Amino acid sequence: MKKPFERFIEGGLALSGVVTILTTLAIIWVLLSESWGFFREVSIVSFLTDTEWTPLFTNKHYGILPLLSGTVLTTLIALLTALPFGITISVYLSEYAPKKFRQSIKPALETLAAVPTVVYGFFALTVVTPFLQSFIPGLSTFNALSAGIVMGIMIIPLIASMSEDALRAVPKSLREASYGMGATRFQTAFKVVVPAASSGIIVSVILGISRAIGETMVVAIAAGQQPTLTLDPRDAVETITAYIVQVSLGDVQHGSIEYKTIFAAGISLFVFTFILNHISYRLKKKYQEQYE
Amino acid sequence: MSSLRINRIIDKGFQYVGIFATLFGLIMLAIFLFNILGDGLSRIDWDFLTNLPSRRASKAGILTAWVGTVWIMILTALIAIPLGVSAGIYLQEYGTKNKLATIIEVNISNLAGVPSIIYGLLGLEIFVRLMNMGSSLLAGACTLSLLILPVIIVATREAMKAVPNSLREASYGMGATKWQTTWYQILPAASGGIITGVILALSRAVGETAPLIVIGALAYVPFVPQTPLDEFTVLPMQIFNWVSRPQKDFLENGAAAIIVLLLITFCMNGIAIYFRNKWQKKINW
Repeated sequence: MKKPFERFIEGGLALSGVVTILTTLAIIWVLLSESWGFFREVSIVSFLTDTEWTPLFTNKHYGILPLLSGTVLTTLIALLTALPFGITISVYLSEYAPKKFRQSIKPALETLAAVPTVVYGFFALTVVTPFLQSFIPGLSTFNALSAGIVMGIMIIPLIASMSEDALRAVPKSLREASYGMGATRFQTAFKVVVPAASSGIIVSVILGISRAIGETMVVAIAAGQQPTLTLDPRDAVETITAYIVQVSLGDVQHGSIEYKTIFAAGISLFVFTFILNHISYRLKKKYQEQYE
Repeated sequence: MSSLRINRIIDKGFQYVGIFATLFGLIMLAIFLFNILGDGLSRIDWDFLTNLPSRRASKAGILTAWVGTVWIMILTALIAIPLGVSAGIYLQEYGTKNKLATIIEVNISNLAGVPSIIYGLLGLEIFVRLMNMGSSLLAGACTLSLLILPVIIVATREAMKAVPNSLREASYGMGATKWQTTWYQILPAASGGIITGVILALSRAVGETAPLIVIGALAYVPFVPQTPLDEFTVLPMQIFNWVSRPQKDFLENGAAAIIVLLLITFCMNGIAIYFRNKWQKKINW
């Protein structure tokens, strides 16, 4: 028999846990109910196929494609920046670096991850863009390239530290067998350890992509606010997140179609990141089982 | 050249590539800090910290912004710490094998991946409109609390997991109840790890901009908030506002405000790392 006090405590603690479930349900409800109103006025076909996004103009078009292309473009650039650095750092730290070096460099990388995103936006606009403009002709003040690169720098610590964890989880015996066959550290790292840790590394990359898709301030500051359907990195683009910011800053009437567009944009964003996170969660569960 | 030598050279070469890649991020950070200090340091003085915002760049200050940031930090801590730590305790000590705990756990890992701007949309509908808080400090703190809850829960769990089972068994052996064991033995032993996680989570909340923009935090607030129901601005909002203006003077203000914001977040991170190191030394039971 449990004492009533103990039961009361347990109930209270469980209730706090339930708050997280309520949060998820509330997010889904909010996004669905507000975008439901949006999709009653705009057909889902034109939402997905119209190539213009101009809800704030008199001639209104509601095609998500320009926002989507902006999001995909900046995410792709971020990935191209973060992937080579992130993987190299993780392999170096787990297979090459002396213990002392690793211990002192990790807090520094964490610092990089602790910088607020609005600061990275300032960085992109005032340092990276002028630098790129000095050798890329036709680069506009607001552009996808600079925002993407800075977003990439921002997610390097995430990919590096998660991949490193995956690499270090590979059993020592695999490395010893490889060294015993006369392989160098480089060969061991890339032909034995990295393949063995591949699912963990993929998880880190997927989470990096998800982070880049949802990132807001860097693109809102440095990528511009023009929804154009383009894959040219020199152009100004608008991402889904930047659009939500743009509307929120303006004076939009509650209940109007403009107001509902941010929830329609939000639900698209939520679906993408949810799918990516779910895949990574599944993969993580799977590879944890492998070694345990 | 024999393939053996080529392989050795590749091996050695990668070592330098690795060092370069590792330092690349830090070099970028250094370049950037250098730039910011150059742009903004001359703008920071007593007036800058104590002036209200102004349409003239040289007169504008960050008083309302940093007071707003302190308000948000305290309110968020008051809401998120009890909720997050309780949920963490439940998952780690109580609901280890039941269905509710499994659902909560999967749910938390999903929530941790939701973009922060989505939390803004949630806060806008639930706190600002449905609960009628308006674009107040309280609405902002509630939104940010939900945002950092997963971080605190996971940190609490990890810290409690590190406490050896012998401590629990000894306490039960003395006839203590589950809650007595948790409250008097496990929580104190795990406190270092929990504090680290909480400070890191709060430092994240302090740097957040996007969700607060969405719930309607203002960029221009000509007064210092007095109660949790007042409208507000925070440092990141003020920075965003100044950075989005074309005039160079406002960019300088932005750089100066960034210095203040970075000082706050770096201090918080430093304290967190200090607690973690201290706690990790102690945990070698």
